[in-house]
Amino acid sequence: MISDVEAAVAAAFQAEWGRVVATLVRLTGDWDLAEECAQDAFATALERWPGDGIPRRPGAWLTTVARHRAVDRLRRDRSGAAKTREIAFMALGEEDELPLDRDEVPDDRLRLMFTCCHPALSFEAQVALTLRTLAGMTTTEIARAFLVPEATMAQRLVRAKRKIRHAGIPFVVPPAHQLVERTEAVLAVLYLLFNEGYSASSGADLVRRSLTAEAIRLDRVLCTLMPDEPEALGLLALMLFHDARSAARVNHDGDLVVLSEQDRSLWDDASIAEGRLCLEAAARLERPGPFQVQAAIAACHVSDRGDTDWARVAALYAHLFSMTPSAVVALNHAVAVSMSDGPEAGLALIDAMPFQEELRDYHLLPAARGDMLRRLGRRSEAAAAFRQAHELAGTDVERRYLERRLHEVTA
Amino acid sequence: MRYLLLIATDEAQMQTATAEQGEAMTNEYAEFGKTMAERGVLQGGERLHFSSDATTVRVRNGEVLTTDGPFAETKEQLAGYYVVDCKDLDEAIEVASKIPGARNGGIEVRPIWEM
Repeated sequence: MISDVEAAVAAAFQAEWGRVVATLVRLTGDWDLAEECAQDAFATALERWPGDGIPRRPGAWLTTVARHRAVDRLRRDRSGAAKTREIAFMALGEEDELPLDRDEVPDDRLRLMFTCCHPALSFEAQVALTLRTLAGMTTTEIARAFLVPEATMAQRLVRAKRKIRHAGIPFVVPPAHQLVERTEAVLAVLYLLFNEGYSASSGADLVRRSLTAEAIRLDRVLCTLMPDEPEALGLLALMLFHDARSAARVNHDGDLVVLSEQDRSLWDDASIAEGRLCLEAAARLERPGPFQVQAAIAACHVSDRGDTDWARVAALYAHLFSMTPSAVVALNHAVAVSMSDGPEAGLALIDAMPFQEELRDYHLLPAARGDMLRRLGRRSEAAAAFRQAHELAGTDVERRYLERRLHEVTA
Repeated sequence: MRYLLLIATDEAQMQTATAEQGEAMTNEYAEFGKTMAERGVLQGGERLHFSSDATTVRVRNGEVLTTDGPFAETKEQLAGYYVVDCKDLDEAIEVASKIPGARNGGIEVRPIWEM
C-alpha cells in the first residue's frame, strides 16, 4: 500500500516534472542543474509533505523549492561562470514566481519541447532528451526502452546537452515562419515514442509499454499549449484510436488478433470517444495534414456499427499518398481497395506499385498478396506468398500468425 | 554568438561552369554579402582556392605531418567561409540557408569557441 502522500508525489511527478525542469532551464540555462534540482525538489516533497500536508499548488511548491536549490548550488560553485549565472538568475527577482493564473504566461514546457526536438540534434538525441527532461524518465529506463546499453544512452544525453550549450540552440518557441516545420519535428518524436511502445508485445518490458502513455500525455500537453495546431490534435486522435484497441490486439497466448476478429468489448470506448472529439476539433481548424488523415482512417476501423467503410478508407489512403507518398501507404491503399472493390483490384494495384525495391524485405507485402490470392482461390500461389512473408517476418508473434494463414491454404 | 559558416561545394561542377554561370554565381555571393553586412551579422569571409591546392597539417607526437589535399576526400569540398555574429543557432542556420552554395552543396555551421 502506498500512502496518500506518496500517491500525491507520484501524481505531481507526472503532472509537474516537465514544468519544473522547463522553468529551471529557462532561469539557469543549465540543463543538468535543472534536472538535479527538480529531482531534489521531489525528494524534499517526500520528506516534507507527510508532516506539512500536501500543498494547494504542488507545481508552484516544487518549482520554488527547485529554484532555491539552484540558487544554493550556484552560490556554492565559486567559479566565475557560475557566479555570473547566479547574478543573472537572482536579477530576475520574484516576479518570476508562478502567477496564480498560469494561462497568462507562455508555458516553459513548450519551449522545452521545441528545444528538445530541434533539428540540429540527431533524431535519437531528440527522443532521449524529450523522455528525460519532459517525461522525467531516468537514463536507465530510457536505455531499457530503446534496448541500448545504459552507458550509450547516458553518452547520448550528455552529447545532446553539450551541443545545445555550445552551438547556441535557443530555448524559445520558434517564430511563425518556422513553426509548422518545427512542430512537425516535435510530433515526429511523439509518434516514434508511441510506436516504440505500441509495437512492444504484451509480455515485453513494461518500461517499453509505458512509452505509449508518455507519448499520449505529452501530446495532450502540446494540444493544450497549441490549441490551434490541427496536426497535434490529429496525432492525439490517432494514438487514442490505436491505444483503445491495444487490449484486443493480442490474445491470451500472445498471438496477434486481426481487426475483424478482435473482441470489441475489450476496446476502450472512452479513448475512442476522446479520439473522435480531437479529430472533430482538428477538422474545424480546416488545415488537413497526414496525422489527421491517418486518424480518420483509424476512426473508420473503430466505427460504432462494427463494419469498416473500406471505400472511405481507400479514398483516405489515396489522400494520404498525395501528402506523403511512401511504399507503406501505397501498400495500405491497395489492401483497402481489395476490401472495397475485391481482391482482383487490390492485386493489380500491388503488382503495379512503385517502390517494389524498397519493399523487398517488408513482410507485409507478400502477406497482403497472399491474402488476396487466397480470396481469389489461388491457393498454391497464396501459400508461396505466405511462406515468403514468414521468412521476412521479424517477430515470433508475426511468424505464428503467418503459420496459421499458411495452414489455411495448405490444409 | 559567433559562427563559422563553411561552404562545401562540388568542385567538379564549379570547374566546368561556363563564364556566364560563374558570373551569375559571383553576383549572387556579392548580393548575399551586401545584405548580411547591412543586417550587421557578417564579420568576415573569403573564397578559397580549390581543394587540390590544400595542405592538411597534423601534429603527431610532436612531429608535424603534412599531407597534400584536404582533410576529407569527399565529393564536396570547402570552397569558402563566413564568420557571422548571430543571436543563436536558429539565426545562424537561417543566414547559412541564404548562402548560394547551400542550394547545391552544404554549409557546415560551427560555433566559434570564444577565448
